[in-house]
Amino acid sequence: MPETLVAALRELERAYDEAIADDAFHAELDHLLKTFVGRATPLFEAKRLSGLAAERAGKDGAARIWLKREDLAHTGAHKINNTIGQALLTRRMGKRRVIAETGAGQHGVATATACAHLGLDCTVYMGAEDVRRQHLNVVRMKMMGAKVCPVDSGSRTLKDATNEAMRDWMSSVDTTHYILGSVVGPHPFPRIVRDLQACIGREAKEQFAEAMAGEGSKKLLPDCVIACVGGGSNAAGLFYPFIDDASVRIVGVEAGGRGPGLGSHAAPLSHGSPGVLHGSLSYVLQDEDGQTASVHSCSAGLDYPGVGPEHSYWKDVGRVEYIAVDDDQALDSMLLLSRMEGVLPALETAHAVAAAVRIAGEMGADRHIVINCSGRGDKDVDEAARLLRERGEPGFE
Amino acid sequence: MNRIESIFSSGRESGRKLLMPFVCGGSPSLDDMRETLPALAEAGASIIEVGIPFSDPIADGPVIAEAMHHALESGVTPRSVMDVVASVRSSLSAGVVAMTSVSIVERMGRDRFVGMLADSGFDGVIFPDAPLEEAGPLAHAAAGRGLTTSLLVAPTTPVERAKQICDECTGFVYVLARAGITGESGGGPTRAIRERIEALRSVTHLPLAVGFGIGSPEHVRTVVSPEAGDADAAIVGTALVRRMNDAGPGNAANAAAAFCSELASGLV
Repeated sequence: MPETLVAALRELERAYDEAIADDAFHAELDHLLKTFVGRATPLFEAKRLSGLAAERAGKDGAARIWLKREDLAHTGAHKINNTIGQALLTRRMGKRRVIAETGAGQHGVATATACAHLGLDCTVYMGAEDVRRQHLNVVRMKMMGAKVCPVDSGSRTLKDATNEAMRDWMSSVDTTHYILGSVVGPHPFPRIVRDLQACIGREAKEQFAEAMAGEGSKKLLPDCVIACVGGGSNAAGLFYPFIDDASVRIVGVEAGGRGPGLGSHAAPLSHGSPGVLHGSLSYVLQDEDGQTASVHSCSAGLDYPGVGPEHSYWKDVGRVEYIAVDDDQALDSMLLLSRMEGVLPALETAHAVAAAVRIAGEMGADRHIVINCSGRGDKDVDEAARLLRERGEPGFE
Repeated sequence: MNRIESIFSSGRESGRKLLMPFVCGGSPSLDDMRETLPALAEAGASIIEVGIPFSDPIADGPVIAEAMHHALESGVTPRSVMDVVASVRSSLSAGVVAMTSVSIVERMGRDRFVGMLADSGFDGVIFPDAPLEEAGPLAHAAAGRGLTTSLLVAPTTPVERAKQICDECTGFVYVLARAGITGESGGGPTRAIRERIEALRSVTHLPLAVGFGIGSPEHVRTVVSPEAGDADAAIVGTALVRRMNDAGPGNAANAAAAFCSELASGLV
């Protein structure tokens, strides 16, 4: 991490430590999460999906599957949990301008939304390829008054948007806060974003125990929690409150893309090795000289060559299993959840759904899985329809 | 004594300030780079910085970032850049330092990477994205192969922290003339640089080389003239890389030498 940013990172850490020790900060954040974001989001049981998992496994019953409905949060994804918190921090630091990077555009939209709400100037960097893939979100950001800067360098996706946001920040650090969208980047970002997303796991835990109590069961914890992992913020948010609950199996699902060859996927925990990218040491996809490898996923939000350093830690200590689901399985699962439950998930989320259906089939009917339904799929419908047409899916020709 | 140290020490003895041009390794081509290094030395460069192309140079503006991407696309690697330096080292009077992202060093292995640099005739290495807290093992590895280590001091760096950074450095300290990324936008250095240099002199005896936004003889003078900044050396990157790329393959070395001579007029 360049020395120019160290002072800003220290300032952010100080401001964050002061904020979390301040009851007024929590009161304002909680109020906004409730009245503006719409928290708590529901925990919903996907009964037909569980039935299908059993059928596929050739069993009488599979684990019961629950969806933590982050897709129902304002702006349609979990990203707003983080941006509201960091926008409040921006104001505490006396800064008036915010920059952000975005891949799928969900973080960009969530940042533009938080900034509009709190009266902050907002600029979002987005890879030119993602501007094409996620046009709807580009329009949403502009409607909310944000400036969207397409990034034409490198692979023209999330990594390059992050580079450009960091370049902006190097020159504007006195007046500007960088609202990083995932649990990546230099300290203290991975910690701040994890903390702000941890409401997902805390609510899920509470809601699950309540649902069980409603059935007359004393069961407090689900047996397995599953989330997709790009940078890893929705996963960290769900996992973190369960990390110390040893009975809970935790599974992170990366983007397997077109296959395991370097350049064909975006799964650093499954196929990468430790390296430095964007100010943290973590699993990363690099060539043997340390150059960042190109990555591929059908989902723009998972299309990142690195991953949050805490996920690397959880992998290394064996607390979390990380697996990869490929493009085709994700597309299948997007249709599956839409048709079985009437929930159209983001392509990112569909990766977690694919893994959950398989794992549910391996477990007994008295077991419970919670999936983080991290975002809604409206933003993906054009791209998904294109991919479905390409592979000759009936009804999409 | 290491070549970088002796170049600075003889400069100080004779009251001479130094010019340190930056070239992007393998840009516009490896052959151009091979011709450019001796040409720069002839034209008044005391130490040449060779940037190892990196896929994600977040501290670089569009000119150097583009040069790096282009070099990588044409197949340039850390190894091929080092091989070019090795091929001209024996005929080169100037010092040569590498500028490299820690992403490359950590992947290739610290000891292996600095060993390759030393074997190729490099005299030192600049780690532009190594934070002070992580720099110790890098500096240790470099020292083990007789290379100097330079870290960056930013305008946002408090003096106490600047002292710690300087204490990790050998050879020279790289002082940023301004916050931001490399490039010619954002204005050249101002006389305010003198205050910064004076503050840093109070915490280190190492030579101070100033870079970022230095692109003309006038800028060089502002940075090094005893009546102005009074730094030990001026670093010029983007303005040179841009001229080399504009000149294109086959002409880059001549363009580099002509511009370097022009810049050197700012030293006196």
